[in-house]
Amino acid sequence: MLLDNARAVLAEALGIRPDELYLTTSGTAAIHSGLGAVAAARRRVGAGIVHSAVEHSAVLHGAAAAGTATEVGVDSLGRIDVDAFASAVREPGVAVAALQSANHEVGTRQPIGELAEACKAAGVPLFVDGAASIGHDVVPAGWSALTASAHKWGGPAGVGLLAVRKGTRLAPAWPVDEREDGLSPGHPNIPAALAAAAALQARLTEADELNRQHRAWIDELRQRVAAEIPDVEVVGDPVDRLPHILTFSCLYVDGEALVTALDAEGFSVSSGSACTASTLRPSHVLAAMGVLTHGNVRVSLGRTSTYDEVDRFVKVLPGLVQRIRAEVGM
Amino acid sequence: MNLDLDCRGLLCPLPVIKLAQALPSVAVGDTITVLADDPAAATDIPAWCRMRSQELLSATENQYVVRRLN
Repeated sequence: MLLDNARAVLAEALGIRPDELYLTTSGTAAIHSGLGAVAAARRRVGAGIVHSAVEHSAVLHGAAAAGTATEVGVDSLGRIDVDAFASAVREPGVAVAALQSANHEVGTRQPIGELAEACKAAGVPLFVDGAASIGHDVVPAGWSALTASAHKWGGPAGVGLLAVRKGTRLAPAWPVDEREDGLSPGHPNIPAALAAAAALQARLTEADELNRQHRAWIDELRQRVAAEIPDVEVVGDPVDRLPHILTFSCLYVDGEALVTALDAEGFSVSSGSACTASTLRPSHVLAAMGVLTHGNVRVSLGRTSTYDEVDRFVKVLPGLVQRIRAEVGM
Repeated sequence: MNLDLDCRGLLCPLPVIKLAQALPSVAVGDTITVLADDPAAATDIPAWCRMRSQELLSATENQYVVRRLN
C-alpha cells in the first residue's frame, strides 16, 4: 500500500503508469539491470549497444558488460553527433541505443526527441540515463527505458528508478523473483521509496522557480568567469543545458589545487581533471569534447544556494587562479 | 628550427606550462616538439593550441609538434 503510493507519485512525476516503473537499489543498479535486460531481450537481433562517448561511467560499464559497444562522438559542446548516432542505430545487430538526457558534467542537453524518432524508425529501443535531469529538467518523451537516481533530487541514496514503457521487452539475465518483475531482487526499501517520492514531489513544486533562478545565476557565472579570468574555457552549451551546472577549465592551473583553494573559501566543487581522479586520467567527457581538462571545476547549484554565494564565488575565484598560476611561474 | 621539449613523466598541467614557457624562445614560424606521456596531454596540448592561437602540426602517440604563429 505504502509502496503503491510511492510508486504512483514517482510514476506521475515521470509521466508514466505505475506499472511501468521499477524501483531499484540505486541509479547505477537501474542502469546495469535495465540496460542488460533490454539488451538480452533482443539477443536474437544482435548484441550491439550504441552509446554516446559522454555517458556516465555506469552506462559505459553496463554497455561493455551487456554487449558489443559502439561509441558515438560529440561536438565541442558535448552534444551527440546526431547523424552518426542515427546511422549507427540503423546498422544490423543493434540491440539497444543508450543516450543520456543531459550531460552530468557539463550540463549540455542531448536531442532525445530527435533520436527517439530515429531509434523508433530503426526498431531499436532507446535507453535514456535521466539521472542528471530528473528533478531539475524535463526529459522529452519517446524513450523505451529511462533511469534516475533519488539522491540527485534531494531524496535518499539507495533508491533508483527504472522506467520501462509498455511494449519494451525485458529479459533479466539473473534468477527472477516476484519483486519488481525480477528487475531488482529482494524486498524494496519502502521508507526510502516514500522519502524519494516525497522529495521529488517537493522538488517539482518549486522546480519552475528554482530553475529560473539557477538558470539566471549560471548565465551570470558563465559570463563573469569568462570575462574576469584570462585563459579560461567555460564549457558546455550556454543555452540548451541543465539549469544548475557550470563547468570551466583554467589554463596552467592544477585542478586539485583549485578545488582545495575553493574548499578553503567554503565552496564545495567537483573536478574532471586527471589529478583529482584515482586513475590519474582526465574526465572522459572533457576528453571527448576536446576541451581543456586541467584546471577543471564543476559548480552545481542546489535549492539552498544563494545569490550572495554565487557572487562571492566569482569574486574570490580570479585571485585563487592567479595565485596558483603564480606558483608555477605563469 | 625546432625545439625539443621532453615532458615525459610530468603530469598535466606541467607539460602545457613548459610548452607555454618555451614558446617565446622560438621564432614565429618555428616549431616545438613536445614529448609527453601524461594521458591528459592528448587533450590539453591541442586545447592549448586552440586557446592560445598556435598551430598543432601533428599529434601522434606521446609526441606533439606545435608551430608558433604569434
